[in-house]
Amino acid sequence: MKWVLALLVLALVVFHQDNWFWEDKRLVFGFLPVGLAYHIGISFAAALLMAALVKFAWPADLEKMADAPKPESGEGHS
Amino acid sequence: MIPALVVFCYLAVVVYIGIFAFRKGKESGEDFFLASRSLGQAVFLLSLFGTNMTAFAILGSSGMSYQRGIGVYGLMASASGIVIPLTLFFIGTRLWGLGKRFGHMTQVQYFRDRWECSGIGTCIFVLTAAMLVPYLIIGTMGGGHTLETISTTMGPDKKPVMVEVLKADGQREMVPAMDKDKPVLEPELDAEGKPKLGSDGQPALRPKMVPKLVAQHWVPYWLGAAIVALVVMSYVFFGGMRGTAWVNSFQVILFLCFGTIAFVLISREVGGFAGVMDQLAAHPKNSQLLSRERIPKAEFFSYMFIPLSAIMFPHIAIMCMTAERVTHFRKTVVFYPLCIALIWIPSVYLGVVAAAKFPGLKPGEANDVIPMMLSTYTDVWVAGILGAGIMACVMASDSQILALCTMFTEDIFAYYGGKDRFGEKAQVWTGRAFVVLVTVVAYVIALQLKDKAGIFELAIRFAFSGFAALAPIMLAALFWKRSTKWGALAATLWVAAAMLFTVYLHNAYEARALAELAPGKSFQIYPALGDMFLRVRPPGTVTMWGFLPVMFMTIGSAILMVVVSLVTKRPSQATLDKYFPPQRAAGNHTGVSSIPVVSEAKST
Repeated sequence: MKWVLALLVLALVVFHQDNWFWEDKRLVFGFLPVGLAYHIGISFAAALLMAALVKFAWPADLEKMADAPKPESGEGHS
Repeated sequence: MIPALVVFCYLAVVVYIGIFAFRKGKESGEDFFLASRSLGQAVFLLSLFGTNMTAFAILGSSGMSYQRGIGVYGLMASASGIVIPLTLFFIGTRLWGLGKRFGHMTQVQYFRDRWECSGIGTCIFVLTAAMLVPYLIIGTMGGGHTLETISTTMGPDKKPVMVEVLKADGQREMVPAMDKDKPVLEPELDAEGKPKLGSDGQPALRPKMVPKLVAQHWVPYWLGAAIVALVVMSYVFFGGMRGTAWVNSFQVILFLCFGTIAFVLISREVGGFAGVMDQLAAHPKNSQLLSRERIPKAEFFSYMFIPLSAIMFPHIAIMCMTAERVTHFRKTVVFYPLCIALIWIPSVYLGVVAAAKFPGLKPGEANDVIPMMLSTYTDVWVAGILGAGIMACVMASDSQILALCTMFTEDIFAYYGGKDRFGEKAQVWTGRAFVVLVTVVAYVIALQLKDKAGIFELAIRFAFSGFAALAPIMLAALFWKRSTKWGALAATLWVAAAMLFTVYLHNAYEARALAELAPGKSFQIYPALGDMFLRVRPPGTVTMWGFLPVMFMTIGSAILMVVVSLVTKRPSQATLDKYFPPQRAAGNHTGVSSIPVVSEAKST
């Protein structure tokens, strides 16, 4: 699953660089330039991807680690 | 006057929040600097987002889209919407875990412990602190300018009342008369009042001088800057991290609510955005703003490195340690791209709309298009409330002040024995004294260099690249066991040197050549080197083969981190076991131990 998520992240970065709407001046719904509409879509896709990361790749043991008893010495900065 | 009164009410509310936070606080360092690591879900998300929502970002993005078009959204917002949540997910959560377990409050504390270093930590402290200072000065300057602008005295014709400027000796200050950027000339007269003749026998000409006129304000710049500095200082001084986080949350809510209202009202007043877009599309030059024609592809790609800076900004990294539970990151990571979209869509869109409504603005003036549209198209009350919203962005320097103060007290005062000698209470009061000192210094500089804001804005632009290029250091510390302090030092020195070199390149050009350059075009800084170093207009960026320097700075930093680490001695086994426990190495993706391990970190 982690490989799939990594590939999705990479794909989103590639899609972000879209070359296909670079000089396209068409308006979506009559008021929204297509290049802007596309990148608003990228923002929503990013939110969905983050939701997938949180669901399938969450570092669950961090909380346990943080709440574990602290070392007797050597903790913190010297 | 009404907008200014609304802003003053807003400032009073903000101070009250700071004092309320003070009453809830305890006299411990962890409480003052990190709100006892107890921020709830909503406040954590809003305050983390609020610290990124600066005037530089909001007003700068609308000014940039005025010049370069809708592509600015992809450049700044959707790129940040991908990269910043990823850094929060992979780096922020781990900083939270390590901070909570080992008591770290700053990045440098973690680096010192992780790599058993002392002086190198101080070196990183110096670089990050130096890159943070311009924000404080710009914040104070922005406060002064904003209060001055919204308190402009308007005449019966709804135009600003202009007054003459007097010099210290009471004489009127005179300036050359201008006609469309060209000085107006008049015949030079001799003592008898007759026209003088030049060497060519023609009448000699000289610039015509007229009295300097400025708009009248009932809150002058110096007072506006002082009020904003005092307000920010008060709630940071009293409320510490808790007060700052609450104020940031309040500011984000205010900006989102009234920004939406203003967007709808402006849309209605301009007769719908569809008409404005058609107007832009019909104009051959302005129609470029509806696409990304004014943004080179290489620049667009390399801009994606800039959001790496977010997690390396000390105030963001410190903010990551304030969450009560790591699960608070879940919603923050998911909603962050949407929050960015909510703020940046109207900012970029209105910047493009302004190009149709207020054509011909210069780059510096273009940053004021949102306030201009507010005052032109909305009711005075809405303009006032949005003025408060803009003030909220200007005051985002609060987090930077607190971060600088946390870094000083933890990385310098406490580290070099101050906490052991004088106690924790003294440490908190040292932090508060530092808040006052930093604010006063920023205010004095803001007064002395009032007209040099461009220098600090430029410094901020370079600072973004610098912080982004430091990201490989953090990644190596968290995820690469073999990394060493010498690798970190090499990367830090590289970043500092590369930034200085970029500043040098930025200045290595003819000002006139840049001014005469058509938008989107570039010239070679050193023709003998071809396209290696280019200067692009706008916004006067330096590029290398068309890519922004941040890309090469980050890659160079990563390479040095790896190469120098491989040829130098790794930290002691005890420290490595502390951060990369051997018994869980195979399946542990947190990179930190869940089992207490005793280590003796050495300082070098």
